[in-house]
Amino acid sequence: MNIGLVGLALLMFAVTYPARAIPLLAPAFERLPPRALEYLRLVGPAVLAAIAASQVLVATGAGGRPVLHVGIEAVAVLACAALVAWRRNLFLGLLVAIVAAAAARALGIG
Amino acid sequence: MTPGHGPEPDASTLRAARRRLLFDMLGIVASAAGFGVVFGLTARANGFSPIEAMASSVIVFAGASQFLAAGMVGAGFGWAAIVILTGLVNARHLLYAAALGPWLRDRSRGERALMAHVLTDESFALSLVHFRRLGFADRRGYWLAAIGGVFIPWNLATLAGVLGGQVVPDPRLLGLDIVFPAAMAGLAVGLATARREVAAGVAGVGIAIVVGLASDPRAGVLAGGFLGPVVGLLVPRRDPKVPEVDELPADPASFSVPNRSDDGLAP
Repeated sequence: MNIGLVGLALLMFAVTYPARAIPLLAPAFERLPPRALEYLRLVGPAVLAAIAASQVLVATGAGGRPVLHVGIEAVAVLACAALVAWRRNLFLGLLVAIVAAAAARALGIG
Repeated sequence: MTPGHGPEPDASTLRAARRRLLFDMLGIVASAAGFGVVFGLTARANGFSPIEAMASSVIVFAGASQFLAAGMVGAGFGWAAIVILTGLVNARHLLYAAALGPWLRDRSRGERALMAHVLTDESFALSLVHFRRLGFADRRGYWLAAIGGVFIPWNLATLAGVLGGQVVPDPRLLGLDIVFPAAMAGLAVGLATARREVAAGVAGVGIAIVVGLASDPRAGVLAGGFLGPVVGLLVPRRDPKVPEVDELPADPASFSVPNRSDDGLAP
């Protein structure tokens, strides 16, 4: 069985782990000024929302170029976000999003 | 009081918060399992052996870059290009670690070093919501979210995908490809409990789309993650429960994230 790509995994780890570890381990990150702490408070909603939007609204078009895509994926994710805002229930939101996407695709409209 | 330095909640509060964490984890587990299988299939289709696919999931443990690498290996790219792109794609973890750092500063360096390896989009989101809910850095909650919610499902599913993926139906047909972005959106909504957080989230979306369309979706995520909070900081805070930046004590050791009861993601 081939194991050559284990080396690639180790190199990928070498460039991934520092980003995960340095802010947790470096003393400088433990004495951040209040404005930096406030900034970091806002990173969570910003980056998570950015990931969600990027995943469902930016698709790969002809020639590999990114294109705007508004489909059932965006509708399902919006429905999930709205349900979480309304009911404070992530599981319910995910369930509705999954059912909406699967149903739309089964009906040929996704 | 700084994040993570607040008084430990009483046992019943801790149990209740962990139950909510478990409930929040359900969708994440489904997502990790679904996409772990897809990754196993993708890796196999691009020439990875089961050992190589598992090495990727255990050692790298960063789904987007793993998919990227599998595709690039299959397309014949050199390792240097794959490693450079991996570094760029995973640079967002810097933000997550920096945001969690003040919460986890009481933990030993060894434990923090281990915590770093299992820090992902999902474990960050789950644990930050859990910590804020409690006003306390619950280390067991972190490990539960990171290991139970993501690491184990992702790796077991990778193994299932690379060994026996032929019998697994297309996750798209089951709508499972929606779980990851929907979970990210739902968790973002759970964190957006005041004007600044909402502004940061909305700006993150707008910036991610514009930059993503102009260059690359991954660059869009990084730009949204870095610049969204800047937009949030420009918005005056009106929530009396949360101190203004200027009202925060100069000594970060006396800063705390308020313990909110209204950001719950479970009933």
